[in-house]
Amino acid sequence: MLYFSITKKLILFIFCLILGLLALPNFVNNDALPSFLPKNTLNLGLDLKGGSYLLLEVDTETIKKEKSEILLDDIRSVLRKNRIKYTGLKITKSGVRVSIIDEEQINTAKNLINSINQVNPNNFLTQNVSELNIESSGSTFDISFTNDALRSKYRSAVNQSIEIVRRRIDGLGVTEPSIQRQGNNRILLEVPGLDDPARLKDLLGQTAKLNFRMVDTSISISDALRGKIPPRSEILYDKDAIPWLVNKKILVSGERLADAQAGFDQMTNTPVVNFRFDVTGGKSFARATSDNVGKPFAIILDNQVISAPTIRQPILGGSGQIEGGFTVESANDLAVLLRAGALPAPLNILEERTIGPGLGADSINSGTIATIIGMILVLIFIFISYGRFGIYANIALSLNLIFIIGILSLLQATLTLPGIAGIVLTIGMAVDANVIIFERIREEYDSGKTPFSAVEAGYNRALRTILDANITTLIASLILIFLGTGPVKGFAVTLSIGVITSFFTAFLITRVIIANWLVKRKPGELPI
Amino acid sequence: MKSIRWIKKDLKVNFLNIKNIATIISIVALITSIFFIFFKNLNFGIDFKGGTLIEIKKDRDLTISSIRSQLSDLGLGDIQIQTFGSADVVLIRIENSSDLISNADMNSINTIKTNLESKIEIQRTEIVGPKVSSELVQKGLIAIIVAIILMLFYIWIRFEWQFSIGAIIALIHDIIITIGIFSFFQIEFNLSIIAALLTIIGYSMNDTVVVYDRIRENLRKYKSLEIYQLINQSLNETMSRTVLTSFTTLLALFSLYFLGGEVLKGFTLAMIIGVFIGTYSSIFIASQIILYLNVKRDWSKN
Repeated sequence: MLYFSITKKLILFIFCLILGLLALPNFVNNDALPSFLPKNTLNLGLDLKGGSYLLLEVDTETIKKEKSEILLDDIRSVLRKNRIKYTGLKITKSGVRVSIIDEEQINTAKNLINSINQVNPNNFLTQNVSELNIESSGSTFDISFTNDALRSKYRSAVNQSIEIVRRRIDGLGVTEPSIQRQGNNRILLEVPGLDDPARLKDLLGQTAKLNFRMVDTSISISDALRGKIPPRSEILYDKDAIPWLVNKKILVSGERLADAQAGFDQMTNTPVVNFRFDVTGGKSFARATSDNVGKPFAIILDNQVISAPTIRQPILGGSGQIEGGFTVESANDLAVLLRAGALPAPLNILEERTIGPGLGADSINSGTIATIIGMILVLIFIFISYGRFGIYANIALSLNLIFIIGILSLLQATLTLPGIAGIVLTIGMAVDANVIIFERIREEYDSGKTPFSAVEAGYNRALRTILDANITTLIASLILIFLGTGPVKGFAVTLSIGVITSFFTAFLITRVIIANWLVKRKPGELPI
Repeated sequence: MKSIRWIKKDLKVNFLNIKNIATIISIVALITSIFFIFFKNLNFGIDFKGGTLIEIKKDRDLTISSIRSQLSDLGLGDIQIQTFGSADVVLIRIENSSDLISNADMNSINTIKTNLESKIEIQRTEIVGPKVSSELVQKGLIAIIVAIILMLFYIWIRFEWQFSIGAIIALIHDIIITIGIFSFFQIEFNLSIIAALLTIIGYSMNDTVVVYDRIRENLRKYKSLEIYQLINQSLNETMSRTVLTSFTTLLALFSLYFLGGEVLKGFTLAMIIGVFIGTYSSIFIASQIILYLNVKRDWSKN
């Protein structure tokens, strides 16, 4: 076990060199390195470089409710068209309920409702799968969505949300945001370098459903507030809590927007949002404005009136301007929201963590100092304890630290603050393999073996112990990798890498160095 | 170059001599820990309880009591304010108000900002909704249980079942007492403590395995040696390693505790406690159990 061929030593050396080069970009200026060398540095986590972490959940209840409303409309229209008398049509917890008045029409009604089921194939995959569960007891029908149908609706809503979140974040102009789907209906968002999440949350907190509706001037707003609301109108408020009576009917919806840009009004020089409809939207807008010259209409975002200008002349070009008392920033944000489009459902924030860049830098500093001091203390102690052998173990230990940094850079695994703790802990524990070996060598030497055979026996006997002992640590840290989140996962990653590299350095590197020394010097006694 | 042997060459300590005292100490510690965990509970951080945490750096002339009085008027609910590391860094904790992260939670940050403006700098905000916090509790528990089961299984494969039982008892002993200490001192229990507990599991196991490995080796080597003496001898032979490894690990941990910054303190403290208890349990508890469980002596028969 102590003779290594030149080839083996060479391979080992090259291997160490590669790992060393992988770690190198972290210590020198990247530009100073020749182009063929790796350039990846450690990938710092949000807790070290600062930034925001948000866990969002797509509000599936809203989606279910909206789909139920559409279903209710479908049922109503199909029943009316066929002159079937019904009562108690309403949305229930799981879908829609309706009762048929005339018993003779029950069968016809059943067929009609069944037909809704079949005209709704979302795509070719769900074509033959029925979307609805229809249960009837007597004259009452309970129509609900199948689990498969709901799941596919949720899935597409989450995908759509991710896309829209991405577009909104891109509008913020931050670098390298990461947006991932998590589980069934969650979105994990990481935005490095953002230390004020308020604006981000503002952007994500809005569904951004924009529509244009006429203001109802048939009665005064004070009458409406007293409860005399016309059936086709509703009261909405603007941001100053001023009530407006507006039609429920939508003239043009935000889906028809082709573009939106922040700008300044040419006359007043105040921030505005300029928008342009697509062809269909432009036509509807032209028709609506031509029919209603002189009347006010409302621009409504998420059920809040942004502004209610009066139509001075028909707007035929398909483009217009929103004035809403904006600041430059809020005009910009609204333009981003409108360009990105509306979310299919509101996003709920489940978890938010933001670290300021200052704190992150402090953490890096204290982490680095703790690592260096911890390392020096261990190096000194090992040197005192094992003398010459201690130096060899210390070489291995130092290489171990470099290897961990190299592998982390290679894998681009995220280094978090607990990750640094993992490295420091590894330094303390990595010595273990060498300690087990050296103690064993001492024992063998004490029992009267020659230096050479004591070292050989020491390594042989220690191998199994070290394997058994390291595998237990590895099991614990692998569990953490799979079950942990965020920073804790970072800890598990560095610990796992550390366990593996420490085994490698203790078992190959110190052994080669010690063997070299033994073969060259042929010492009469072991300095251990 | 001279080397120093911290533990003398032919150590002959009768470790098992004090096994009854160790047993009593451990049982008392376990009962006290369980008592505290149940009756004093754990000081759960927002990871597990949900809520809002804000870390601010404040001007010297802004006192904690003035922050408290300014914030208590805002109706944000139960607020805890304490310094964190230095006198200028303050942690503000606000209890969760509803199911989701509500606007109130969001607004509390804004309110604090506008109220204390110019005198503070917000360094960190964490908001954990109850949905996430209950999931984190669940995940943490699962991680620990899975870890224990896998350890049990691993030892069972590599050793005999007696060893596996000894190791698991030692492991559960270590975890309960560590959690008990956290409960006694009401140290904040958060996600990183779960990571620490898992590392303690790994470390304690590591220590136990090294001792067990030697016991197993000696069982084959000294077929007629009495088990009591055999275990004692194995403990003596591995003592130097046990002390050295624990010491280097503690060197690293103490460096981390004093220099690694405030955020890691809880984690490091848990690890330091764990290293002490883990080392103690592998010497006095895990090995003792082997004594009672009648391990196989004659390895010629299978």
